[in-house]
Amino acid sequence: MGLNENGRAALIAVVLPALNLAIALVASAGVIVVAGENPVAALGALVRGAFGYPEAIGYTLYYATNFIFAGLAVSVAFQAGQFNIGGEGQATLGGLGAGLAILALGAVPWPVAALAGTAAAAGFGAVWAFLPGWLQARRGSHIVITTIMFNFIAAALMTWLMVDILIDPGQQAPESRIFPATTWLPSLQPALAGLGFDIGNAPLNLSFLLALLSCAAVQVLVWHSRSGYALRTVGQSETAARYGGISPGRTVIAAMMVSGALAGLVGVNEILGVQHRLLLNFTGGCGFVGIAVALMGRNRPVGVVLAALLFGALAQGGSELSFEFPALDRELVVVIQGLVILFAGALENLFRPGLEAWANPPRTAAPAAASGSDHG
Amino acid sequence: MDDAVLMGVSLLGATVRLATPLVLAALGGLYAERAGVADIGLEGKMLAAAFAAAAVAWVTDSPWLGLGAAMAVGVALGLLHAFACVVAHGNQVVSGMAINILAAGLAPTLASAWFHQGGQTPLLPASARFQPLVLPLSETLKDVPILGPFYRDVVGGHNLLVYGAALAIPLTAWILAHSRFGLRLRAVGENPEAVDTAGIAVARLRFCAMTLCGACCGAAGAYLSIAHGGGFIRDMTAGKGFLALAALIFGRWRPWSMLAACLLFAFADALQIRLQGVALPGLGQIPVQFVQMLPYLLTVLLLAGFAGRAVAPRALGRPFVKDR
Repeated sequence: MGLNENGRAALIAVVLPALNLAIALVASAGVIVVAGENPVAALGALVRGAFGYPEAIGYTLYYATNFIFAGLAVSVAFQAGQFNIGGEGQATLGGLGAGLAILALGAVPWPVAALAGTAAAAGFGAVWAFLPGWLQARRGSHIVITTIMFNFIAAALMTWLMVDILIDPGQQAPESRIFPATTWLPSLQPALAGLGFDIGNAPLNLSFLLALLSCAAVQVLVWHSRSGYALRTVGQSETAARYGGISPGRTVIAAMMVSGALAGLVGVNEILGVQHRLLLNFTGGCGFVGIAVALMGRNRPVGVVLAALLFGALAQGGSELSFEFPALDRELVVVIQGLVILFAGALENLFRPGLEAWANPPRTAAPAAASGSDHG
Repeated sequence: MDDAVLMGVSLLGATVRLATPLVLAALGGLYAERAGVADIGLEGKMLAAAFAAAAVAWVTDSPWLGLGAAMAVGVALGLLHAFACVVAHGNQVVSGMAINILAAGLAPTLASAWFHQGGQTPLLPASARFQPLVLPLSETLKDVPILGPFYRDVVGGHNLLVYGAALAIPLTAWILAHSRFGLRLRAVGENPEAVDTAGIAVARLRFCAMTLCGACCGAAGAYLSIAHGGGFIRDMTAGKGFLALAALIFGRWRPWSMLAACLLFAFADALQIRLQGVALPGLGQIPVQFVQMLPYLLTVLLLAGFAGRAVAPRALGRPFVKDR
């Protein structure tokens, strides 16, 4: 290969995830065969369902909005060396915050509602992530376990609030009253229709732009600011950070709060933009998809956007798929998500030694074992 | 008096039944984590096994083949986790998560495709399920005050898997404390370098641990779908795998304390079911959700050192890379 060291590294950084993704898709095709359908036809229907017509693209982008927030949340924590799998709980609390803000404000114009709702969503999410962050930094409790526990505590808390406190009187379902229509986050449909691209009933709303804005903000915060430098240093080596005068504890707590705030913004999309009322289970597992998105996106904002589009397409295409092929359950999407996490995440380095041997002359082949500590 | 005894007995009997899947799954977690492999995939292994058990029991009309299939599926997923963690040096949390998500998708997908009942298996006939056993002399002794009903409905009246779980605890405690395999297993969770220096294969021990873990989770899943329940339904584990993980940590990675934690969580669950809509004197109605979040809160408090201290196996979650 006529490439220098950096060129080879870049090649591997592109080829390896693509290879892992391809293997995950082949395995998914295997599952479709076992379920008794034609995988080529099914995957074709999936792609058509995700990108085939403007409304489908609108839905794909709407799902991607949630996944961008959740993926950013995981990556910010990851850069600080923390594994936040509490995105689900933080998103739940974020939605609760947004909803409570609107219920308290009443019929205000939407910009006011959007500002207050976004602030409340980010705040509630940050508080829910502060506790595991604090427990990790000050009491040494493992962040993975505490964030799992906080997911369940959040679910129980939310169920209690919805069933006993916030339920609309006279309603059967545990849902709050519908928010005043003036507070609804504007859909992107009119603006896009003006450009000749009619997304129809797709629930794509202004929070998509908020998601892109958050990506830019994370890029600046983590890679172009002093606190971002501290955050990444702690993530690489706590000892080095302490030696450089950075307090690892405080940095971990701050990183977790930013992470929780980002996860909380899922609530803006779902509660302010789509549901217009408080309800249960509006997160739909996007906190966990966020882990896959962050892994695929190599914990970088641009990567997160691309991976979120991929998972948004899977979510939208998968629901179309189950309409076209009655034998295929809607949960097939979850299978594909799981396989992507398995091959692109847990087994991400399986093919690295082979790929490196292929890209490098044998004499300089890097030891395979050294590459395992990427996500320690 | 009689009512109080009956209520107490039924509460304790329910506790035993609710604790069984937790005990089995937590035992699986115990083998994995004492060997240094962090496993948050207990939930996924249970769910996949529950589906396998119900599917095979339905087709073959044999609970034993169902149990075998469940354990085989549990072991297969356990070995997949071991492969990702031990051979590929992957992130153990990511691998566990992947298995959870994969199982959450695969079980209903295959159930829909094979049984066409919206992601469930058909309701199993009694012949395809493990039935409650009636212990000898239950009827003769039932009139003995307190002890009679206790013998009949708390000690007896459960299916085989309950007694299997009860036996697995002392067995595991003995294996970990006294057998050569158990001592090596614990050593590999504390200090794999030392085990390696002694000439014992770290990877092999961890694969053995994950095999046992998968088998235990498989039995836990089979209990849900072909013993306690009468078939597989969507999301039937409903977080029990994570509750078992909490019990494992709350029991500080020790078999007997872990059993106590499982019984405590199961008792809270059994009590919660009976307290629904009942006003307690002085407290009024306690929302069920507060009882439901109790195990998780207790585990967080323990992990934070506010209620004793839980010390994890030292090499937990750390991949072992053999020096050459």
